[in-house]
Amino acid sequence: MSLYLFLTLAILTIISALAVVFSKNPMYSVLWLIVCFFTVAGHYVLLNAQFLAIVHLIVYAGAIMVLFLFVVMLLNLNAETEPHKSNLTKIASAISAGLFFVVLIASMRATELGEFSLPNKSNIGFVEQVGKKLFTDFLLPFEISSVLFLSAMIGSVLLAKKEKK
Amino acid sequence: MENTLQAVPQNWYLVLSTFLFCIGVMGVLFRRNAIIILMCIELMLNSVNLLLVSFSAYSGNSDGQVFVFFIMVVAAAEVAVGLALLMSIYRNVASTDINVLNKLKW
Repeated sequence: MSLYLFLTLAILTIISALAVVFSKNPMYSVLWLIVCFFTVAGHYVLLNAQFLAIVHLIVYAGAIMVLFLFVVMLLNLNAETEPHKSNLTKIASAISAGLFFVVLIASMRATELGEFSLPNKSNIGFVEQVGKKLFTDFLLPFEISSVLFLSAMIGSVLLAKKEKK
Repeated sequence: MENTLQAVPQNWYLVLSTFLFCIGVMGVLFRRNAIIILMCIELMLNSVNLLLVSFSAYSGNSDGQVFVFFIMVVAAAEVAVGLALLMSIYRNVASTDINVLNKLKW
């Protein structure tokens, strides 16, 4: 049952990711990326990371994609204004990405993964476990990330502000 | 969903996230619209997240999931700053075509 669920989700993920790249209209790319994020959240649920799945949906589909949609609509991008690369560049990029895939897979096949037994308890994805880790072992990076957010917020406001002539 | 870890070998997750990453790489090389390139970078970050979650699930250690949180933090900040940069570029050159900005190559 979960095998078929995994395969369906994987195929949907790959199709939607390819549609992001190949859509003519930037608006369709954004919408396909939202589909892709939803299927990745499905993978997280399959992997017993329920809290992460919800956070993923809220942060990506809820915040980041709204920002993308907002900018695409604000700049009024559509298929007519979409710049295109030459066919030679397109073929070269597809070939180089395929070669990159082959190299990565080959290096993974050559890697000796240490044997680990499957965990018998599967509550590692619950908010209690993740929260404990986040507030004990990873407390300093957690606090520093707030500084990162603050600087990103100030920086984006400053960059997007209209310059005085 | 207890039996997912038994039913699906971890190698499949490796292959899936590698494939997603390569689609992201292809998109960065393939498209000229800077917004799509930013979206493809998001796709690559997502594939790494998927890989980290699968490793954390198969090894029974929740450290990987905490790393995914930090990757999400960085992705959100990166998107906000990137889109602000795009807005100011668009205001100056009225285009999101990266070839307009080819002086940045130097």
